[in-house]
Amino acid sequence: MIIDHPLLGPRDAQEFVYLGDATLIDRPDWQAENAAEAFHDYLYLRDNPAGEHRELWYHEQGDRSWLVVTRNTLTHEITSVELARDVARARGRGR
Amino acid sequence: MHKLKAITPLGRTEPKTDNFTGLSITENPARALATLTARLGHETACTAQVSAFIGCDLPGPGKSVVGETYGAIWIAPSSWMIEADHTGHELIAQELKPVAGETASVVEQTDAWCRFDITGSAADDLFERLCNVDVRAMNSDTATRTTIHHIGCYLWCRKAGFEYSVLGPRSSAGSLHHALVEVAQAVCPV
Repeated sequence: MIIDHPLLGPRDAQEFVYLGDATLIDRPDWQAENAAEAFHDYLYLRDNPAGEHRELWYHEQGDRSWLVVTRNTLTHEITSVELARDVARARGRGR
Repeated sequence: MHKLKAITPLGRTEPKTDNFTGLSITENPARALATLTARLGHETACTAQVSAFIGCDLPGPGKSVVGETYGAIWIAPSSWMIEADHTGHELIAQELKPVAGETASVVEQTDAWCRFDITGSAADDLFERLCNVDVRAMNSDTATRTTIHHIGCYLWCRKAGFEYSVLGPRSSAGSLHHALVEVAQAVCPV
């Protein structure tokens, strides 16, 4: 499988480490009223789609950047690769 | 004062050179290294201040630069490996830190890495067997991280098709050297 890194171009998937569902970026507010419930859902509940899936990959044998890869779990076709920090910032996370 | 004697990453007093037909592999312990990583929100200031100090622009993704005194390799977003001659710039991290100030973190790297300089027309043949980089497509002054012999390395193309440097972990210098020499023996006709 080849992952088209947004900065470095096509790279072999063996250079990457897979983390999991990209919703991990949406960490709940720990001070919210329903924090315990929100963290339960955040930690344990995952969608398991047969189809398009957004997931976090780490370019460990490369530039050490986190990526959000949109991959079809049926065909392994990768339709989009973004830097996770750009995704997180677009959602108002980070500074 | 103890009478300490510096050794090269391969444990010798002099750098090792291996010569083959159309290829030479030379251990290069003569470069001092430090990483420079811009802090969040200070990327522009860091790039401007350090570029002015080293006398050349810090390179973009996948690129490297060699100036009169300093060289730099892009290693990650807003992060670079800076190098200079070890004799005059052994304290390279201490040189860079006041320049970057609060805009960046600087980490001394000199003894963390070993470096092999590979020169010759067979260099592409060597690296296409050793790693998964499309080495024939590499332009001069580019660098990339890759895996050679299960060892994470930086492959630095100094002159396309002819002159490369490999930076690998110093503690694995022997294994990395073994891999380079073994493949060189295979690709270079005796």
